[in-house]
Amino acid sequence: MRKVYLDHNATTPVHPEVFEAMKPFIGERFGNASSIHQAGREARAGLEEARDTIADILGCKAAEIYFTSGGTESDNFAVKGTAFANRGSGKHIITSSIEHHAVEASCRFLQREGFDVTYLPVDGEGFIDPDDLKKAIRPDTTLATIMLANNETGVIQDMKGLSAVTGEAGVYFHTDAVQATGKISYKIADIGCDLLSISAHKLYGPKGVGLVYIKSGTKIQAWNEGGGHERGRRAGTENVAGAVGLAHAMKVAERDMDAETRKLLAMTTRFYELAKQKIPHVRLNGNFKKRVPNTINLSFKAAEGEAIVLSLDLKGIMVSSGSACTSGATEPSHVLRAMNVPAEMAQSSIRFSFGRGNNEEDIEYVIGILADEIERLRKISPLYAGSGG
Amino acid sequence: MGKRVLAGLSGGVDSSVAAALLVERGYDVIGVTLKLYDYDDLGFDPPDGGCCSIDLIEDARAACSRLGIPHYVIDLRDIFQKKVIDNFIESYDRGRTPNPCVNCNTYIKWGEMLKTADKLDCDYIATGHYARIERRGDHPRLLKGLDPSRDQSYALWGISARGLGRTLFPLGDILKRETREIAGRLGLRNADRPDSQDICFVPANDYSYIIRKKLGADSPSLKSGPILDIDGREIGRHKGIAAYTIGQRRGLGISDKRPLYVTGIDPEHGSITVGTDDCLFASRFSAVDLNLLVEKENIPERIEAQIRYRHEPSPARLSLKGNAAEIIFEVPQRAITPGQSVVFYSGDLVLGGGIIDVISE
Repeated sequence: MRKVYLDHNATTPVHPEVFEAMKPFIGERFGNASSIHQAGREARAGLEEARDTIADILGCKAAEIYFTSGGTESDNFAVKGTAFANRGSGKHIITSSIEHHAVEASCRFLQREGFDVTYLPVDGEGFIDPDDLKKAIRPDTTLATIMLANNETGVIQDMKGLSAVTGEAGVYFHTDAVQATGKISYKIADIGCDLLSISAHKLYGPKGVGLVYIKSGTKIQAWNEGGGHERGRRAGTENVAGAVGLAHAMKVAERDMDAETRKLLAMTTRFYELAKQKIPHVRLNGNFKKRVPNTINLSFKAAEGEAIVLSLDLKGIMVSSGSACTSGATEPSHVLRAMNVPAEMAQSSIRFSFGRGNNEEDIEYVIGILADEIERLRKISPLYAGSGG
Repeated sequence: MGKRVLAGLSGGVDSSVAAALLVERGYDVIGVTLKLYDYDDLGFDPPDGGCCSIDLIEDARAACSRLGIPHYVIDLRDIFQKKVIDNFIESYDRGRTPNPCVNCNTYIKWGEMLKTADKLDCDYIATGHYARIERRGDHPRLLKGLDPSRDQSYALWGISARGLGRTLFPLGDILKRETREIAGRLGLRNADRPDSQDICFVPANDYSYIIRKKLGADSPSLKSGPILDIDGREIGRHKGIAAYTIGQRRGLGISDKRPLYVTGIDPEHGSITVGTDDCLFASRFSAVDLNLLVEKENIPERIEAQIRYRHEPSPARLSLKGNAAEIIFEVPQRAITPGQSVVFYSGDLVLGGGIIDVISE
């Protein structure tokens, strides 16, 4: 069976060049980067070179990069660590209603710990209004955490507008850049954040490694206790091969950014056009222009999202509904709900996230199967009686 | 590729082996686990191997991965709450004793799972139940499982005729011992897991817990009331009718020369009646909400009727009246209980069933 992978926002394969760059650090340069001897130094050199590369790409100081085990840890560390370290100045934090679960759950944790959390609304396309952020700031606000690009819709927030508000108010600003990094080019200065999270496996790097950028001078409490790794802020033996892989993945992404962006924009545009042509009652969730180029989120009225995902899977096409989770809890997407997408549309939403492995032929092939499956599911759906509506 | 089957896997050994047998027989098998409830919502910790726990879902996933078939988890929590748990509570609240497994089969497995099968373009659904389906004539027939000690046909009477035609029971003609052997041969993780017991969503058989949780502690069915003897004299107090079932001996708190049993529950007056063992025997009762698996004209008057899970089907006369029936046992049977299922058999053949309503004599 032909296989088409359209779930690059879930994870990506490791790029061959990234794998090559990592190999020495799995093999001969195996040392513990914190050891004082030669083997340690050899590993340390790779680690620090990776940090320099990343600092260059992000436009920050190497000392502001802290390696972690991935996006979830980075988000937990940034949100909880900042909130706790600054609780002397206040216990109010602000976030949005469309965050990834790593940020959302960290905020819920803080609520249980006695913090006050404001969840900012979004408009119908998923944008947060900087004015809403401004209104939400109180004297006891210490942190705002708002994602750069949304994992389900790909929509990119107005970072400059948001960070101008926090900067003026003297509130720390964290952004979860997990879905943006490698898909759009940015510098820390463009974003104006104090903290930022990245995960390697979303940009053709290995799983199990990420980073958090922490602007120097930021008051943050270590979350992983142990030895004094990562300048005392993140204990745990350094994942050198992972860090090297992350740095190399970011380098490759930067190098190929223009060509990849063009290709992905062309593919998602063609995909959307063809979907509208071949399938009745298609709705775009989000905004077609202000999005990362690889992501497109569509709803197919009266065809249940979960059934579409499973039916496509059985035909070798891998997509995500943004609502199905491995433990079987299928809640309607909190992102689409926050965007006020009507329930029957939210339940029929599918995220298509393209990547390096896709080509033009995939589009025609997938639309062909998708159209058939949607038609079949609508025929047995009590919600699509006769159609027309 | 053979016909496509949606196989339900609970994570236990039976359903895993059922799926394995289908793969061996050349079917295009898709594994699903039905997520029916959260222990967090129920408010107790999953027992070892509790159905729907993360552990069991992971075991089902591992079994499918070993079999090289896809595995999905289907979230049916809302409908399970409505059709099974709420119905269970409502039944006890009315002084009856429900069979939640029957409703789960009727509404969840042969309701919702069949819908999922349609969505995934499957010809059949399959489970690890010990029952057989005969497909010789025009209509498929439901038969008892070959291993009498394992037969589960009692809980399957509510399947629609359409559902029966689209069902496979791969374990119907093998013995439990063989099931474990196959599981061992296939290296399934759960080959030596103990059998599931009791009601999956009730902690340690304490069903009053979920009734209290749903209806509140001051629900009438949880209020104390009189225990009457057969002459109507109050001889004690009970802890709420929902805590009792016909034939129950424990928890009455009455000392008498002879052992006393619950012989009747009256939700209207909030009383229960107790009597000696011989008072529990009756032969005539009515059943409602029938489902027939054999055409009416082919149902004989003389049948065997089974009135609870561990009851030996006994000869009876059956007369059908629309969606209800009257059943008269040849020999009086002990503790015929309103709310329980009665299943009609003719030998191994399941004719249909219903819910026991009123016991008359």
